Amino acid sequence: MSDIAIDLQNIGKQYKIGGERQRYRALRDTLTDIVKTPVRRARNILRGQAYAASDMNETFWALRDVNLQIKDGEVVGIIGRNGAGKSTLLKILSRITEPSEGYADIYGRVGALLEVGTGFHPELTGRENIFLNGAVLGMRRGEILRKFDEIIAFAEVEKFIDTPVKHYSSGMALRLGFSVAAHLEPEILLVDEVLAVGDFAFQKKCLGKMDDVAKSGRTVLLVSHNMAAIANLCTATVLLNRGQLVNYGPTADIIEQYLNMGDVEDEIDEVLRDGRYVEKIECRDHLNNPTQTYRVGDPLVIDVTLKNLDQIASPNLGLLVCNHFGDRLILLSPHVQSELVLSRLDRKTYRVITEPLNLLPGYYTFEISIGSGYETVENFKSLPGFTIEYTDYFNTGKMPMAKQGILAQKATWQIID
Amino acid sequence: MSSPIPVEQIIEKSPQHLQAKPRLRLAPTKGWVSLNFQELKEYRELLFFMTWRDIKVRYKQTVIGALWAIIQPFLTMVVFSLFFGRLAGVPSDNIPYPIFTYAALVPWTFFANGLTNSANSLVSNANLIKKVYFPRLILPVSAIMSGVIDFFLAFVILLAMMLFYGIVPTVNVIWLPAFLLLAVVTSLGVGLWFAAMNVQFRDVRYAIPFLVQFWMFATPVAYPSSMIKNDLLRALYGINPMAGVIEGFRWALLGTETSPGAIIVVSSLAALLMLIGGLYYFKRLEKTFADVV
Repeated sequence: MSDIAIDLQNIGKQYKIGGERQRYRALRDTLTDIVKTPVRRARNILRGQAYAASDMNETFWALRDVNLQIKDGEVVGIIGRNGAGKSTLLKILSRITEPSEGYADIYGRVGALLEVGTGFHPELTGRENIFLNGAVLGMRRGEILRKFDEIIAFAEVEKFIDTPVKHYSSGMALRLGFSVAAHLEPEILLVDEVLAVGDFAFQKKCLGKMDDVAKSGRTVLLVSHNMAAIANLCTATVLLNRGQLVNYGPTADIIEQYLNMGDVEDEIDEVLRDGRYVEKIECRDHLNNPTQTYRVGDPLVIDVTLKNLDQIASPNLGLLVCNHFGDRLILLSPHVQSELVLSRLDRKTYRVITEPLNLLPGYYTFEISIGSGYETVENFKSLPGFTIEYTDYFNTGKMPMAKQGILAQKATWQIID
Repeated sequence: MSSPIPVEQIIEKSPQHLQAKPRLRLAPTKGWVSLNFQELKEYRELLFFMTWRDIKVRYKQTVIGALWAIIQPFLTMVVFSLFFGRLAGVPSDNIPYPIFTYAALVPWTFFANGLTNSANSLVSNANLIKKVYFPRLILPVSAIMSGVIDFFLAFVILLAMMLFYGIVPTVNVIWLPAFLLLAVVTSLGVGLWFAAMNVQFRDVRYAIPFLVQFWMFATPVAYPSSMIKNDLLRALYGINPMAGVIEGFRWALLGTETSPGAIIVVSSLAALLMLIGGLYYFKRLEKTFADVV
């Protein structure tokens, strides 16, 4: 079994809800407990169990019965809704926390990137933070020295390398943090949702770097809500739901399964919960049923529910269909395609129906913008969108590949001379 | 003699052997766990960087910077000299009271700051604990190590004062590093207990200043331990390891006549016990830190 990199056997992690919610409890409470039942309580303090047995009833399994073997050199995506156990799994594999049951065997040096810029100290300069952050992530001093110039160049902070990081813009700090981490060279790399940081150009650069890492033969585990990144980087994907492993297989199949779980709407809802004006986005098929898949040549039917528009002057809406990198492909806007004026009444659902659309098979995302006049007041990027399935659109049994273009365009060919 | 290389060697050098990766098993641990110093050794560079960070950051954005390391014990010395030395007439083993108390305040300040910083080290680095794995022991240890610089700064003033009072240290001064080590062991031993407890009970943060204050008056900083006439009782005083540290400092530097042998032996044993207990307590709770902090 020398080609196995990670072997999970019945891994489970149990959390105490009280411990999570209350964080810590006053010693006073424990001291009163001590008076009541002295010996047991004292023993509990020594064991670090501040919680009485009755409190412990409220526990939940963040992860349970997870069995998984990941091969050496494989790039594996981990997807699932918030609270599915994705981050818990990475935390166990990176040894931050212990499993409550089962065990995991890991073959090779592990590097974990659960957050960009962990351990950065604002008072220290960029140069000093590179060394500190590198050491925190498990790089040796010699290794950092050797890659030092590369790290600064990638982060594009040459000019400010001797400036304290507290004077950096948030974008610069993120770039520096990612750059240090990107130069880690462990045999197994664990990455948690760090690709979602920074501006668009930098996100793309990060994806490119991740792609290099993926192709270098290292084993990578990547947690992301960004289906585009997963589809692009990962050969296989793990789907988790409520702490259970639902499926593990080829990325395209698993993403489709995930999108059809119906939980995608929940995920959109979860993102939009922070939204002030956008309440809901929903794709429908031609029979008016909710769907996440279309075929090449289907019209899109998308319902968007907006609210609170009475709070902004001259509101407008832009719904963008984007490819899986987030590149904008199509703008759908009531002001552009029609004369429709957004209602400023309490809450309204708008439906846009496109002409038959011939996007190539693949995964597409939404970006949505609410504007007031020329000013953007709300914007969400990389919202889960829909997949377009392969169909024999040309009746030739052939279809261009994703890298060969954007559209499946019907055309006639003839010899004219 | 057909093959120049023995078969065993060929097998040893085969690629399979080079590719054999270490296996790491992650599983729930129960009860008392081993201290695993080997791992601490592997992470010594991180220990160095964390110590270096603490030193670098400590006096950032202050006007007088590292002078604070001197001012703290020095002003305390002035106050003690006025109230205890002059007004109360506390005896000082026949040496000038200011240097008598300052020689105690230098290790004491090191100990008190080390204890406070290490007790708070896990909580103030909560973010690191939740996002990266490393032996958590690095945090309290580096919190104490970074205080060594402050100690040396304050120590320079002690040397200047000895020059001023014309006190020549005895040959016993070679023992000084051992007493500094005893102070390190003591503050780490106690600091580990409180650091681990602090993760669960934030009360520790508020209790520490009181503890430090009471502890100082229970330690012969402002008065000599020779005030205790009974030899056995005086040796037992060493159960407070800082009593041993301070009497040791005075004996080595100022040549106080009282021989502190018994007290130092008791102190060393007490400090060692605290450290071993602290290490096991810390290690035992270590696995819960990331979930609770």
